[in-house]
Amino acid sequence: MTREPPVLSIRGLRKSFGAVEVLRGIDLDVQPRELVFVIGPSGSGKSTLLRCCNRLEEPSNGSIHFDGTDILSPRTDINAVRRRIGMVFQNFNLYPHMTAAGNVMLALRQVLKKDRREAEAIAGEALARVGLADKRGAYPNELSGGQQQRVAIARALALEPKAVLFDEPTSALDPELVGSVLQVMRDLRQAGMTMVVVSHEMGFARAAADRVVFMDQGEIVEQGPPDTVFGAPRHARTRAFVEQIVRH
Amino acid sequence: MPGFAETFLNLAIMQAALPYLLQGLWTTLLLVALVVPLGIAGGLAVALLYRSPRRRVRWPLILYVDFFRAFPPLVLLIFLYAGLPFAGLEIGAFTAVAIGFFLNTSAYYGEVLRAGIESVPRGQMEAARSTGLSAGRAMAWVILPQAVRNVLPDLVGNTLEVVKLTSLASVVALPELLFAARQAQSLTYNPSPIVLAAVIYFVLLWPFVRLLSRLEHRMLAAR
Amino acid sequence: MSQWDRFAETFFNGAVMARYLPDIVAGFFVTVWLAVLVFLAGLALGLALALVRSLRVRPLNALIVLYVDLFRALPPLVIIVLLYFAMPNAGWSPSGFVATWLALTLVLSAFAEEIFWAGILAVPKGQWEAARSTGLGFAATLGWVVLPQAVRVTIPPLTNRTIAITKGTALGSVVAVSEILASAQTAVSFSFNPSPLMLGAAAYIVLFFPVVLFGRWVETRFAWKR
Repeated sequence: MTREPPVLSIRGLRKSFGAVEVLRGIDLDVQPRELVFVIGPSGSGKSTLLRCCNRLEEPSNGSIHFDGTDILSPRTDINAVRRRIGMVFQNFNLYPHMTAAGNVMLALRQVLKKDRREAEAIAGEALARVGLADKRGAYPNELSGGQQQRVAIARALALEPKAVLFDEPTSALDPELVGSVLQVMRDLRQAGMTMVVVSHEMGFARAAADRVVFMDQGEIVEQGPPDTVFGAPRHARTRAFVEQIVRH
Repeated sequence: MPGFAETFLNLAIMQAALPYLLQGLWTTLLLVALVVPLGIAGGLAVALLYRSPRRRVRWPLILYVDFFRAFPPLVLLIFLYAGLPFAGLEIGAFTAVAIGFFLNTSAYYGEVLRAGIESVPRGQMEAARSTGLSAGRAMAWVILPQAVRNVLPDLVGNTLEVVKLTSLASVVALPELLFAARQAQSLTYNPSPIVLAAVIYFVLLWPFVRLLSRLEHRMLAAR
Repeated sequence: MSQWDRFAETFFNGAVMARYLPDIVAGFFVTVWLAVLVFLAGLALGLALALVRSLRVRPLNALIVLYVDLFRALPPLVIIVLLYFAMPNAGWSPSGFVATWLALTLVLSAFAEEIFWAGILAVPKGQWEAARSTGLGFAATLGWVVLPQAVRVTIPPLTNRTIAITKGTALGSVVAVSEILASAQTAVSFSFNPSPLMLGAAAYIVLFFPVVLFGRWVETRFAWKR
């Protein structure tokens, strides 16, 4: 069996904000259909790593290839790449002046230039996929946090991305609403979506992740299957972090 | 045809006109010193009276505020200056300006201060009263300071508008800055005095515009 | 004749009012036309400046800030006088109408730029990021996501500012624009009676009072969001 090329390939990635170096040489490959779970203390650079992958942050150094495209090249049409990398934010960032369907349809109409009927059909499907077929006409402020985040996931899925980045998707949610979002993510994984998830939901990581990456101070300290990283971490820093998380 | 600089920035003419313009500026500042405190006092009265639970009190106040927000100040001024004499009331340019601007600015200040007082949570008054402060003291020491802080950009902006408003006094021949500039222009047949007056206004008011801009952005950032 | 009758005879003289009503009505339409032109041009120019500013090109932004500061600091009447009485020396003689229109447009555009720009800044960064992450470009994000939200917070201050500045059309009377105030003043000097002034005042109330009430309604209508 030949190994498929990775969907996302990061080499020597560095990012500084002024004098502070937030990412200090990250190497990471993400295989097709893999769910990579990134953990680490706050300020370890997890979110910055994610945001560099679709150039919401401009990396200072290194290379990122997505699906064979060098996304840092000035010749690359970044908007075309972003269309194929979905992103889900901690604060949902739904457009408050548009309905759930409107949120999903905007890029379909403006970027993919779909006509209204086709965009509506795709939006309907995407919302059904996250269990919100009946909420297409609802405005964000009429939805619970969990529902809003699922609309945001539908917005990303509607563009048929090759991978989806999740930036702490459940951190802003009340505990009782977390489950519905995690369920959608589990379904996505079942369907074979490539995912990179920054999160503190360790239970979800154990159950669903193919690989756990532990980051600290801008570096990848340790990575491996969830059982290994959580059960028998090799590094003291990883152990300290995992113990502290488990205690909570 | 003479050059641009000679026409609009004629230094000799500006120099000759300067003492005259400074005299005008002095009158402008006097007007400001009169109208701003009066306007704030009137506005405060409007805002405080508006707290009355009685509709019979609040309705006329809203009418007062909206009337003078709708009425161009120049029309008000002309009415006082040129209309009242027909009723046997010769009040003169200065009084007309003072009354007209008072009516106009007190309405605007009233609206700003009313919004400010309403922005302070009800619990503040209750807390102050529960410590034994009288209603007046609670208003003065607890409510008003917060109210003023909440609408500070609007207060500064409104004051800026009042200063600019004083230029209307030139229409009724009150010798303030703009009037002095136009007099100097008609005497010299050269527009440099008006340019100079514009420069004086800008130099005088620019710091306040900058301050206002800062305050507005800080308000925005705090939201 | 009682005191009141004499007062009414002076300020509400039916004959004089009837005689000069057509002039005041003509002035009314000049004022409306001037106000509408100021409103359209001022807001369009202000929006255009705010959009240019959102590109965040430094030298350009410095110029815009200077422009805005200048026209926020200068009294409108000074600008009108400058255009009408000084510009002819430079070989351009704008009519009183054009001078008043241009001056008020410049002033409104400066205030409108500030308000639009503040509105754009008030839209959270996450909105930009979410839109850009789905592949929308800068212009599409601005047009579809940011501006619709910005406009909402800008409408109340914009309404109030527009009212305050369009009221300045009365300043046109100083430079011989035959709008309401000028028509009324002319009528007063011909008739030696202040009744036309009362008519003019009524015309302004008819014109601007509903707009002020509309502004109040807008304020409560848009108060929910923030």
